[in-house]
Order: sequence, then C-alpha cells, then structure tokens
Amino acid sequence: MRKLRASHIGMGFVYLILITAAVISLIPLYWVFTTSIQQPEEVQIMPPRFIPSVISKYLPLRLSGDQESATALVDGALESYRLLFKSTRITRWFTNSLIISLTATAGILLLDSMAAFSFAKKQFPGRDLLFWIMIGTMTIPGQVLLVPLFMVVRELGVVNTPWAILLPQLSMVFGVFLLRQFMMTIPSELIEAARIDGAGEFGIYWRVMLPLSKPGLATLGILTFTSSWNSFLWPLIAVQKSEWFTLPVGLKTLQDQNLVNYGLLMSGAAIAAVPMIIIFLSFQKYFIRGLTLGGVKG
Amino acid sequence: MFKRIWKARSGYLFILPKYILFTIFVLIPIIWSVFVSFQEYRVFGTEWVGLLNFQDVFHDDLFWTAVGNTLRYAVIVMPSSVISALILASLINPLKRGAQTFFRASFYLPTVASSVVISMVWRWIFQTRFGLANYFLSLFGAEPINWLHSSAWAMRSVIIMAVLTPPGMGIILYLAAMASIPESLYEAATIDGANRFVQWWKITLPLLKPTTLYLMIVSTIGSFQVFDQVMLMTQGGPGYATTTIVHRIYNVAFRDFQFGYAGAMSMFLFVAIITLALIQSKVLSGDVEYKG
Repeated sequence: MRKLRASHIGMGFVYLILITAAVISLIPLYWVFTTSIQQPEEVQIMPPRFIPSVISKYLPLRLSGDQESATALVDGALESYRLLFKSTRITRWFTNSLIISLTATAGILLLDSMAAFSFAKKQFPGRDLLFWIMIGTMTIPGQVLLVPLFMVVRELGVVNTPWAILLPQLSMVFGVFLLRQFMMTIPSELIEAARIDGAGEFGIYWRVMLPLSKPGLATLGILTFTSSWNSFLWPLIAVQKSEWFTLPVGLKTLQDQNLVNYGLLMSGAAIAAVPMIIIFLSFQKYFIRGLTLGGVKG
Repeated sequence: MFKRIWKARSGYLFILPKYILFTIFVLIPIIWSVFVSFQEYRVFGTEWVGLLNFQDVFHDDLFWTAVGNTLRYAVIVMPSSVISALILASLINPLKRGAQTFFRASFYLPTVASSVVISMVWRWIFQTRFGLANYFLSLFGAEPINWLHSSAWAMRSVIIMAVLTPPGMGIILYLAAMASIPESLYEAATIDGANRFVQWWKITLPLLKPTTLYLMIVSTIGSFQVFDQVMLMTQGGPGYATTTIVHRIYNVAFRDFQFGYAGAMSMFLFVAIITLALIQSKVLSGDVEYKG
C-alpha cells in the first residue's frame, strides 16, 4: 500500500471533501428514518426538523418528571408504523419478500455450485460450448427481455404466483460464472485423492468442493439475497395481486394510494431498507469481493 | 462418441437442473424476443406483420421523446458517476484502514438500500412546500422550485438525484484496482522527483484505464435502462417529461398490451446499448497491460 505524505492542511481538505460527500450520501437514508419517527404534525413543517422531537425532547421530559408527555411523544413517534401495520399488508409483503429472497438464495447456491463444479472440474463433450452459451447471455440486459419473459411465464400459467418472481431469478447465470472462477482455483489433486478414497461424484461435490468454496458461496449468497430483495421491475410485472406483492412493489402501491402521507411512506421504506443495511454492515467484505470478482477481473 | 458421453454422464447431470431453468427463462426468451417484434398481438391470436413494428417505432414521437430523456440522463449521469467514483476513490485510497472502511461503507449504503427506497425518499425531498431541497434553496434566499411537477424541472430532478447518489460500485472497484498497483512504481517516481499529482496523473490514472472502461460501459448500460427512479418519482410525467425508454416499453407492453411493438422497442434498446458499449471499448481500450 502506498502512503501519501500530505501536509496537514491538505489532509484536512481531503477529509472536508469526503465528509461532505458522505453527508450527501447518507442524508436520504437519514431522512427516511427521521421522517418515519416524527410526530404526525411535525412531518410537514417549514423549516424541517432535523432531529425528531422524540429524540430531542424525550430525555428532558423524563428527567423533569413529565412521564405523561414523554409517553405521548413515543406514542406519536410510532404512529406512522402503527398505521402502516394496521392499514396495509406490509407484514404479508415483508414475508413474501423474505421467503422469495431466501428461496432464491438457497436455490441459486445449490444449482449454481453444482453447475460450476461440473464446468470447472469435469471433462465431458460440449462442456465449453455449453458454458459459453450460458456466459454469452450475460451481455444481454434483462430489461430487453421483459416481454418474451412475461410470455414464457404466462405460457407456464404462473403469472400472479410467487413462482413468476422466483423462477427467473433462479435462472440467472452470474453465479455459475462466479463460482466456476472460484472453483478453478481449487487443486484437482484434492478431487483425485477423494476419488481414491472411494468417494462418489456427489460425495466429491458435497464433501470436498462445497466446503472449499465457502467464501465464494458466501459472496454469491449475499449478492443474490440483496438483488432479490431489492428487485422491482420484474416483480411489478409478474404479480398484480396484492397478496403476492414483494416489499418494493407493495411500497409502490402504498405510494400510489397515500401520495402525501410521508410519515407512512417513510416507515414502509425504513422497513425495506433495514434488513439490507444490517446485512451490508455485517458482511461488507463479501459485497466487496462479489463486486471485484464479477467485475473487471472477469 | 456416445460411449464418451455416457462415461461423462455425471458432468451433464450436475449442470442439468441449472440448464433446464436457463433454457426456459433465458434462452427461450432471447430467441422469442426476435419473433415477438415481428408480430402483432391481438385478443384472438397473433399476426405476422414483418417490419411494421419497427417502422412504427421510427415514427413514434413518444418513443423519441423517451429516447431524448434517456439520452439527457445518460449524458450527465454516466460521466458524473465515473468521475466522482474516481475522485472519491483517489481521496479514500491513501487513508488509514479504518477511515477507508468508514467512507467506503458511507458511499455504498445507498446502493444496497434499493432504488425503490432511495427514489421514495427523494420524492419527499423534492416535495414543493415542505421538502428538504426547497428548504436548502431557501437558506440561500432562492425561490422554491416545483421540482417534480413542472416539465422543465422533472427530468432535471431525476438527474440531480442520480448525480447526488454516490456510485458505490465504482468507488469499490477503483479502490480494489488502486490497491493492486505495485508500490514500486510510486517509489521509482518519487526518486525521480515526481510530486503526488504527477504520480496520480502518470501512474494511477493510466493503470486504472481497464476499470474506467468497465465502469463507463456498465454505467452507460445502467443509464439506458433507468426505470425505477422514474416510475416511483414521476411516473414518467408530467406529461411525458420524464418518460424513459424502459418506462415506455413497460407502459406499451404491460399497460397497453402491445407486446409486438414493445418487443421492437426492446430490440432498438438492445442494439443501442451494444453499439454504445462496442464504441466505448473500441475508442478507449488501448494497450494497457499489467499484471495486478
């Protein structure tokens, strides 16, 4: 790593730019959370309140012994969430998103690791052709195929079911590419050794390849979960029944119906954002590896 | 031959489940997409209409409005995202590990938080009377702007949002590329008396070229597919002021159910994207080669 000897002034200037940029970067998310816990009457005011009163006033009220006002403040802060859970199907949408994203992740990990194992370590006629057909389709942007994909899904009769969202996600080929790259680096001698020890093909896959591919699997798993959780356009097309909406699609209809209740909308947005923020902060290095593996080096 | 295939059967079995799904949901749609655009879909069956859909695309003012809006977006957002990623990564790179992690996370968080969430909150920020954007303007004594509901400002608002959302992926890729540049190059340059800016200009920048090219292509492709932001912030309006190509395709296909026509527009989009990507890689890919 290269260390720059910068003057203190220069360094201060660098930090000034970075911190300003970080503030601009984070303000929208900050605004989601603060708006969601503002008192209903303090959401739409000028000037806007940067610190919700439940945070700025709760402690002083408690300390001055005004228990009643303090409780009322907390009550008001939760009002948007209460309305969200009472008047919308947010719990249902959250569950849908969770089940679909988890299934997509588990399915992708299984299917892609099997295919990647075969492409990376096995010899069979047509292997390279089959692989390059798969990888070649990665250059076609998904948005271009919306219409024919919808027609396929309609032919299969799964429109308006979770399958319509799940199956196309399970068919994405990025993971095969990523895991194959990863498995190529695993020495073939290990496979030979296992074969001599009497392991079958499935045993080799399950007991040798999978454990050795853990970092690759973790990266792919996290990327798949995130992209599935956040996907919007295809679920919007594939499902028109509110009982099968995913969270992003549900939020869209919520917005169409409550154009001006920003407290309510932001509490919904917060619920969609929180799982992603937690996952990102806990697994940062896998995100970074996923981006760099899938990117330039490929 | 058959004997060889039979001997290697486990190889096929392992790829079979994935390949079945891939064939149904990727290959068939790709092949189908060619046919769709030559057909017209009616309630009772379809009709082969040859190039009619493509002719219609070329005479459709709305489609060209969408192309214009998309171009306006791409022309600003693509360079701005690549340049800001380069600048931010260059500033982060010399910092200590802890500070690096902090800033990288700050810049990547909006990307993981989903475009739906980010678009929803920007719609609120751009609200005319109580939104943050107009409050910010008022601090400088500027008149409030009718951001999302005036045809003059709506597209600009979508672009401003995209420019102010940091290019998380670009920053991470640049940082990874910078970390793999051999230290010895900088040491040699220091001995030769090159200052830091000269080093950045003569060493870092040229060696980042593959990353820059990759980001330009990915960002162009992304800009040409912009949809979520428009759908959630303006619904393509007011009028058609913010209708983009994908938004147009979405409406024609899934609101008007003109699949053939939407298919033809998709083809146009695909050709445009591929052409741009090829031009960019032709123009930019030089002879930069180094082992990272």
